[in-house]
Amino acid sequence: MTTIDNGVNVQALLDAREVLKGAPDAAQFTWRASSKWQHGVHSTTTIEKFFGLGQEQTHKNETTFAADHPAVFAAEDNGITPIEYLLVGLAGCLTAGVASVAQNRGIQLRSVESTVEGAHDIRGILGADSDVRNGFNDIKVTFHIDADASQEEIEALVAQSQKRSAVYDALTNPTNVTVEVA
Amino acid sequence: MLERGEVANSWRRERWDSLRLLTPNWLSRLPGHHYDGPDPDGYMTSGEVVAFIEQFAGVTAAPVRTNTAVTSVRRDDDGYRLVTSGGELRARSVVLAGGACNVPTVPALAAGLPPGVRQLTPFDYRGPDGLAEGGVLVVGGSATGVQIAAELRRSGRPVILSTGEHVRMPRLHRDRDVLWWMDATGVWDQRYDQVDDLTRARRLPSPQLVGTPERATLDLNALTDLGVELVGRLSAVRDGVLLFSGGLTNVCALADLKMKRMLAGFDQWAGLSQPEVELPPTRVPAAPRWQIDLGHGEISTVVWATGFRPDYGWLDVPVVDEKGRLRHEGGVVDSPGLYALGLPVLRRRRSTFLNGIEDDARAVTEHLATSLPVPSSHR
Ligand SMILES: Cc1cc2nc3c(=O)[nH]c(=O)nc-3n(C[C@H](O)[C@H](O)[C@H](O)COP(=O)(O)OP(=O)(O)OC[C@H]3O[C@@H](n4cnc5c(N)ncnc54)[C@H](O)[C@@H]3O)c2cc1C
Repeated sequence: MTTIDNGVNVQALLDAREVLKGAPDAAQFTWRASSKWQHGVHSTTTIEKFFGLGQEQTHKNETTFAADHPAVFAAEDNGITPIEYLLVGLAGCLTAGVASVAQNRGIQLRSVESTVEGAHDIRGILGADSDVRNGFNDIKVTFHIDADASQEEIEALVAQSQKRSAVYDALTNPTNVTVEVA
Repeated sequence: MLERGEVANSWRRERWDSLRLLTPNWLSRLPGHHYDGPDPDGYMTSGEVVAFIEQFAGVTAAPVRTNTAVTSVRRDDDGYRLVTSGGELRARSVVLAGGACNVPTVPALAAGLPPGVRQLTPFDYRGPDGLAEGGVLVVGGSATGVQIAAELRRSGRPVILSTGEHVRMPRLHRDRDVLWWMDATGVWDQRYDQVDDLTRARRLPSPQLVGTPERATLDLNALTDLGVELVGRLSAVRDGVLLFSGGLTNVCALADLKMKRMLAGFDQWAGLSQPEVELPPTRVPAAPRWQIDLGHGEISTVVWATGFRPDYGWLDVPVVDEKGRLRHEGGVVDSPGLYALGLPVLRRRRSTFLNGIEDDARAVTEHLATSLPVPSSHR
């Protein structure tokens, strides 16, 4: 058997699954972001630390993300629109899933590309029509995958990656959100 | 044998009126006891199952004490003490065969439904006549859910089916019952210690199958043809609004892929390369609804077809895990002299079905017989 390598350490993930089965406390993670208003609708959000495996953890680097609105919204466009970050999250999560599942199933990937489109009726956020929701009406992801696998195996990779995706779940199912003023 | 009701109690009291087995008659067998009627490919009604099991109890002269409910089993010296509605008993060995489906599972979010909506479990459901007029939401896409949804839709009611992951199957594959293939190809003989993910195999929902004289397929496409509306998995109830997952397309894709793989495996086993006419993919509505406001009165009844679980409330031996599952190795329970039968994938995939009992009972009683020291007075 030729060894395949998509660069995912699946063994570590499988080991973690076994360990965490018996240690639900260690499996509790908190992801954090700190945000700061800049000017107009421009803000920056920084991510560095998170909590998991029972202790504070730190990313290798601190990352700062800029959010703004585009010129067609009469803004300065210093960064992408906040709702576009959801597309970033979804694409990143599904792609990671495809790579991991492929590694686990012994499928060598050559290229994985996807486009993510979120259909958004902005009359909702503008308050122009109270029957229109604020968020996406629907999201469409299209994958183009080149791999040593049949079309059906590739479809199964993509299906399985949705099944195990954190962001896919967060977008398709409601989540309780609490916003407070400290 | 202690039985709280009568022989075949679950088939008398816990099934809806129209239910037929989803296993064909020839496959609904008990040890040494086969269907010998004119329609081996048909499917028994609950009443016929009752008669079949009663007959079996008769020919085997099973020593059944009916109307004797076990209310407690606890460890006592080298055996067990049982409290029953007919008095106390001591036993050196106990086989737990109280069934896997004693209680319909209802998700916690059911508590958030407004009082005006009637909620039913499959144990409360007898047939469409027992329901108020108006729309019905059936939650759950396993055999129970699709069967009840189809029956309610045929009664003229608007029906919505909410489904998460499910097991799609055609009733027939190449003119044979799909369960014939399961049986013949050895899928059902897979042992519990050979199954990839045993926890998952034991939790697998029942397949979307129904036993009808027409041998018709009852997958989601069949329900759509009947006019049942499909929505995603029910994920929350917020202020009287039901919220469904937006992931319906993917659970259908997963089920289609798994079914295709299963049927391809059957063909490969049979050495057939000529593909059969492929089943069309599950048709998912372009924009499935993800919320329904119960305040609008569209839904008068919710049917929870969300599975069943065993009830071990009477088992005072610490052998049940935090998720309510019995700890056992192929029916040998984690306490000396304690055994189990009749649980999903207990020893093989077929253990989930009536016909699984033959192998399972043999294996378990063999273990029991070799571990149970015969008292000297009985030698
Ligand atoms: C809706 C439904 C449809 C099904 N359809 C099929 C099918 O088509 N084909 C198939 O092969 N299988 C089918 N099954 C599975 C089938 O029911 C089981 O394989 C089979 O019934 C197992 O038999 P059992 O005797 O272990 O359990 P049960 O039939 O549940 O019998 C357990 C008995 O124990 C008694 N009992 C429970 N607790 C106590 C107590 N504390 N004291 C005294 N007595 C007690 C109960 O009264 C009951 O009579 C179906 C199951 C359900 C729920």
